[in-house]
Amino acid sequence: MTDSAPAIELKGISKAFGPVQANKDISIRVMPGTIHGIIGENGAGKSTLMSILYGFYKADAGEIWINGKKTAITDSQSAIAAGIGMVFQHFKLVENFSVVENVILGAEDGAFLRPSIAKARKSLKKLADEYELSVDPDALIEHLSVGHQQRVEILKALYREADILILDEPTGVLTPAEADHLFRILDNLRKEGKTIILITHKLREIMEITDTVSVMRRSEMTATVKTSETSPEHLAELMVGRKVLLRVDKVPATPGETVLSVKDLRVIDDKGVERVKGISFDIRAGEILGIAGVAGNGQSEVMNVLGGIMDATGTITMNGKPVPLSGKAADGQSRRAIGIAHVPEDRQREGLIMEFTAWENTVFGYHLDPQWQSGPLMNNAAIQKEAAGKMQRFDVRPPDPNLKAKNFSGGNQQKVVLAREIERNPDLLLVGQPTRGVDIGAIEFIHQEIVRLRDQGKAILLVSVELDEIMSLSDRIAVMFDGKVMGFREPATTDERELGLMMAGISGEPGTEDWKAVDENLTALEHGETPTHG
Amino acid sequence: MDLNTILQVLDSTVRLGTPLLLMCLAGLFSERAGIVDIGLEGKALVAAFFSAAIAYSTGSLMLGLLAGILSSLVLSLIHGVASITFRGNQLISGVALNFLASGLTVLIAQDWFGQGGRTPSLGDVRFHELTLPFAEALRPVPVIGPIYYDLISGHSILVYVAFLCVPVTWWVLYRTRFGLRLRAVGENPAAVDTAGISVVRLRFSAIIIAGVLCGLAGSYLATALQAGFVKEMTAGRGYIALAALIFAKWRPWYALSATMLFGLLQAVALRYQNIDLGGFIIPVQFMNALPYILTIVILAGFVGAANPPRAGGDPYVKER
Repeated sequence: MTDSAPAIELKGISKAFGPVQANKDISIRVMPGTIHGIIGENGAGKSTLMSILYGFYKADAGEIWINGKKTAITDSQSAIAAGIGMVFQHFKLVENFSVVENVILGAEDGAFLRPSIAKARKSLKKLADEYELSVDPDALIEHLSVGHQQRVEILKALYREADILILDEPTGVLTPAEADHLFRILDNLRKEGKTIILITHKLREIMEITDTVSVMRRSEMTATVKTSETSPEHLAELMVGRKVLLRVDKVPATPGETVLSVKDLRVIDDKGVERVKGISFDIRAGEILGIAGVAGNGQSEVMNVLGGIMDATGTITMNGKPVPLSGKAADGQSRRAIGIAHVPEDRQREGLIMEFTAWENTVFGYHLDPQWQSGPLMNNAAIQKEAAGKMQRFDVRPPDPNLKAKNFSGGNQQKVVLAREIERNPDLLLVGQPTRGVDIGAIEFIHQEIVRLRDQGKAILLVSVELDEIMSLSDRIAVMFDGKVMGFREPATTDERELGLMMAGISGEPGTEDWKAVDENLTALEHGETPTHG
Repeated sequence: MDLNTILQVLDSTVRLGTPLLLMCLAGLFSERAGIVDIGLEGKALVAAFFSAAIAYSTGSLMLGLLAGILSSLVLSLIHGVASITFRGNQLISGVALNFLASGLTVLIAQDWFGQGGRTPSLGDVRFHELTLPFAEALRPVPVIGPIYYDLISGHSILVYVAFLCVPVTWWVLYRTRFGLRLRAVGENPAAVDTAGISVVRLRFSAIIIAGVLCGLAGSYLATALQAGFVKEMTAGRGYIALAALIFAKWRPWYALSATMLFGLLQAVALRYQNIDLGGFIIPVQFMNALPYILTIVILAGFVGAANPPRAGGDPYVKER
């Protein structure tokens, strides 16, 4: 299209934070009425670039042109005035305010609230009808699901009459169904002529919804292509700078003896809510069991019980011996002693101490082992030497044991945790969200390490909210919903759609009554409706 | 206990509760904006001194009141610069201001008046009790008359101002744009910032309001409740006001109830000293400690959760 000016044109944007160059001479053109993807690894500078466009940061150099006019964007206010709205990765909502209060905040009409709220109510209703964005205007944000909170963020932007909408990693927190709904909303917005910038690190999303895509690598824009003229493999190569294996390369499992056996496990949390409602499963040596499920359906509790962090009732045996589930002997220390290693889901809070150095982090949990003691003191020299070796073997970059954990990227932090746990040669490895916030290059490495451990005949329990990851790594899949296992599947004989339905609580074997309902719901999903049967 | 005694106790409840109420509302504004304000005590103390000192020196009550408010504002702004502009620790800044106020007032008082850290008695240059219309006429009417004459009428103008501040605060907080933004900045400053509103400006506005209210509280102590400044005359009222703020769950009407309850405790303690309950004596110290004990009870969650504004105490830094 040559007849219209680009909705957004960035020319030569540069930005440094201290010595770190976050954006280097970046130029980009986005035509109106299109969805433009920006893809790149974590830390490539995508979010910085968009925060500059939204006036949250100021660029050191460069120009911003909106609809063919050079526009000075000095703060968020001027970005809003220029018709730009942004949905941040971490929502900027006031939790104990209602939806309508959040929407009008900063866009009130006059000094008094009543007329503003009345007006906002009306236009929220209109927007809801127009774009499938219905939210109860009087609901408090803290009572809404994450998907609905995101809708509020989009409504905020639309209420301010944004023509350009920036979304930063919008699907990271959504269930597959919520993500589909979001894409329908985005599609509607595009049809209305809005311009959308979608920042993501998920190749599938780029391929699914964008018209054009820019790739960022190491603070630079490496390419801009039409989505229809590219492929996931090509984009991945542009992102990482080398060829990347998108599928996990593994031979079929050869499971041996049962390592872990869980029977009728029940977990009640601090608030007295039953989180795990009597589940049973086995994991054999040389096998990866993946637990799929939307976050908060009991997977984390299962991990925590096995890792010795939470108490539970039921029976668990490890290599045939019973494992205590409450009391003094049910802590992380004694779990490690019987060969259970734990890579926690939240590595920054449970896996590492961010303010401590890498070498200190490589011994936590094992710091009482005799080999690290030297009389009453710790043998730090030995730990440091060992840490350097571990970091080498796990390709942690930079391989500097004296760097604090917080100074590593997400992927490299995860490698430090994995090195600590895997190198202890456990019989059972618990891995939670192994690649959350990890860039593609590191994902490949982490997956390979997990498969390598399996091939050595170890049992692995994988919990992940990424269905792709569950599908490609697991030898068997258990789907959890509302504290129960909905069923077991094998990756070769199932698909994401079936798992997605089980994650939503629809169970049953093919051919049964229940399964007919599933088929109906599948048809409904294809027609863009919400499943009615749960 | 006859009606008269009850009215007398309630009357002194109002007198003693008023400075607590003003300081509590001051704390409410600043904490609702996310600035923890432990310096209420210090601000009221400088205001008490300067209002008394200037009123005495100039003979003008209004100049005294103005000086009280201005001095309290100066401390507020120091707190603002330290904790908003330079993102310092709000507790430390507040505590430092309390120490500063405690030392500075006595030092200046000694230098100016040489009476051992106090101002000379103000004599007649102080806020007088107002007699509301019809008070005399209604006085003979049983029950209503004495209540109107003794309890409602006969306070200084500052008392009525303080009580008026309650509905005004409520209205500002919940019915105006400024109030919405103020509450938002105390809960999630990033939401305010991305909505294109200046976090710094909002927080400074809140702190300035707090300064004015503390100034009124201090001036009331020195020029209405008493006639002059004495060393440490706030006597921990700033901390009791903070306790009342927690007790009130950061809400204006609850703040009125909480401060009047604490005022009542003080009034009872003042009037009866050691209370004899049929052989069992409640010592006066217990009555004085009761506000703090009640606050602990609240904080321990016995009377429902007290959820402070979520961004309280955190300096706002744009994430990087």
